[in-house]
Amino acid sequence: MRNLLEINNVVKNYGDFRALNDVSIHIPKGSVYGLLGPNGAGKTSLIRIINQITMPDSGSIILDGEPLSPKHTAYIGYLPEERGLYKSMKVGEQALYLAQLKGLSKSEAKKRLKYWFDKFDISAWWGKKIEELSKGMAQKVQFIVTVMHNPKLLIFDEPFSGFDPINAQLIAKEILQLRDEGATIIFSTHRMESVEEMCDEIALINKSNKILDGKLSDIKRQFRTNTFQVGLHTDHPKEVEAKLKENFEVFPADFKLLGNELTLNVKLNENNSANELLSFLTSRGQVQHFVELIPSANDIFIQAVNKNN
Amino acid sequence: MSKLKLIIHREFIAKVRNKSFIMMTFLSPLLLVAMGALVFFLMKKNDEKVKEIVYVDNSELFSKDDFVDSESIHYQDYTSYGIEETKKKVQQGDYYGALIIPKQDSLEVLAKSIEFYSKDSPGMSVMNSLESKIETKIRNEKLNDFGIDIAQINASRIPSNIKMYNFSGEESSKLINGLKIGVGAIAGYLLMMFVIIYGTSVMRSVIEEKTSRIVEIIVSSVKPFQLMLGKIIGNASAGLLQFLIWGILIFIISTIASAIFGVNMVEMQTANIPADQLEVVKQAVGGDKMQLIIQEILRLPILKMFVLFIFYFLGGFMLYSSLFAAVGAAVDNETDTQQFMLPIMAPLVLGVYVGFGTVMNDPHGSIAVMFSYIPFTSPIVMLMRVPFGVSWYELAISMTLLLITFIFMVWLAAKIYRVGILMYGKKATYKDLYKWIKYKG
Repeated sequence: MRNLLEINNVVKNYGDFRALNDVSIHIPKGSVYGLLGPNGAGKTSLIRIINQITMPDSGSIILDGEPLSPKHTAYIGYLPEERGLYKSMKVGEQALYLAQLKGLSKSEAKKRLKYWFDKFDISAWWGKKIEELSKGMAQKVQFIVTVMHNPKLLIFDEPFSGFDPINAQLIAKEILQLRDEGATIIFSTHRMESVEEMCDEIALINKSNKILDGKLSDIKRQFRTNTFQVGLHTDHPKEVEAKLKENFEVFPADFKLLGNELTLNVKLNENNSANELLSFLTSRGQVQHFVELIPSANDIFIQAVNKNN
Repeated sequence: MSKLKLIIHREFIAKVRNKSFIMMTFLSPLLLVAMGALVFFLMKKNDEKVKEIVYVDNSELFSKDDFVDSESIHYQDYTSYGIEETKKKVQQGDYYGALIIPKQDSLEVLAKSIEFYSKDSPGMSVMNSLESKIETKIRNEKLNDFGIDIAQINASRIPSNIKMYNFSGEESSKLINGLKIGVGAIAGYLLMMFVIIYGTSVMRSVIEEKTSRIVEIIVSSVKPFQLMLGKIIGNASAGLLQFLIWGILIFIISTIASAIFGVNMVEMQTANIPADQLEVVKQAVGGDKMQLIIQEILRLPILKMFVLFIFYFLGGFMLYSSLFAAVGAAVDNETDTQQFMLPIMAPLVLGVYVGFGTVMNDPHGSIAVMFSYIPFTSPIVMLMRVPFGVSWYELAISMTLLLITFIFMVWLAAKIYRVGILMYGKKATYKDLYKWIKYKG
């Protein structure tokens, strides 16, 4: 079984509104899978279906080789975007309650909670009420109740919102460690820099349709434009630029170098290679800078969504 | 199943630990008994003060025998002082009031020209007492004029007491009828209070989960229906516990209170019955009769009443609290609940009105019967009818209807609940609710 979760041709309607239109996503075991899309694209609908909060109108969902069924709620940990805990309930009791709802026995839940509370150094909060904690503190508790039952599948919806950079990094580290220990992670976010950092594969949903999915590296390759940033030390910048334009597409530079070099963005044509560009440049002056412009997840997101719209 | 148990347990604990719940549980009975004692004390105090009334009888019709002192009113003949002097004395505050009986030619005119002067407006009971004295006297005079012997009239008055039977051979009396009304009214009223207090508590709990957003985590572990049911059962258990504690506390406190203050419980209950009726009750209650009443109470279908009470109590509560849960799910905060509350409260209040209005006069009349079938009013109205004896087939119809409606409404409410709890920041309309009901899965 390569895939932990297979979503096949899922359709979900709310009255006349189609929230998910024939969406298929396959999530490999042990990966961090980025579920991306603009607001209202259908991400939350899909996540709620995986959590069995709602049922799809059609389509199938296979978790670890079996059709999704109520017993699977114990295999899933879910951190919703809209966080929340019982405000007037004590931290420890609340965590125990939620763990038991996930099918852990009381003693097992206590043991696991002790491990996590020690790990995050928050054992002193056990008897406090949530309303006495700061937002960041409550978020830590929330993270623990999401992962404490060792779920096979973890779903994080905007996991870093509400955390300061230090705690966000702590959480990111924990998420990657959970993956290394064998958990599969669905990671839904708008923050593209964290996508670059964390995700092995992504799917992009826009207006209820999946418009893109696959390995992040493959998608980047797919979206590469064969454009290079070029920095050249030359005495005749005007002539070089004119010459370049004969063979390549040339755009003004979107970067800065330290000296007063000629800086340009150069796009290769179908019939020339990076080496040809480089040898052209070396024959004209001192090459200071030569980098392929790799599209960021952010660029891909914006490009794909705009094209789809 | 164990998840449901977990939810019930949490809801129960959350409710019971709440400070206002603890306060309500332990302070209400104290307050109730204290208020009862206060009312009793004040009434006793009030009665102790004897009212001095003077009268000026210019008609020369009345005699000392017509104005016999009672426990609370003493009379003095001031005819010799004259009207003006007497009025002045009353004005100075020496006496409660002055009754002026002028001289008239005919009894008819006399009856309409008697006057009463007092510094403050006189109490109803005083006026009633005076009027009845005068009416009796004038009637007797009139009868005398007609040549009728008053002794004969009195002899002809033979009190009748119709004994009431039903066909299961139970003897009943007017008093026991009153008792049945009381039992039914208390049961129905309790049910209404319980539904309102704990129904809103269910609703609040739903809103709290919604606004704190924890609901999304919970429903990723359990079905929304389980959560709703757990909430309802948990709150109902907390409520039953509260009622139980109230019952025990009221019993203990009133026992202690009566021991300390020497307040007789029977006296306390009859304290607000007007004096002349009290006489009747006292006569009736006296001696053997008391024994009879206890026997009659024991002869009420107590087991049947208890079982039915539990059934309608739970059925009614489940029916209404599922609606309250649906309302909680449909809104974002408590202020938005009002538009949905009216249709829930209306049948409840109607039930109590119908109960007090018709069941008491005619427990088996067509209106009472009809409303004891309609599931939204049946828990209250039927509970009020039960002490009067309701046939099994009527109970069967009413209970079946309630059961069917209850299941249907819980199903319907669960559909609204399921969608509503995940809808944030939107004030739902009735149209939305209808749409939610139609959503699949």
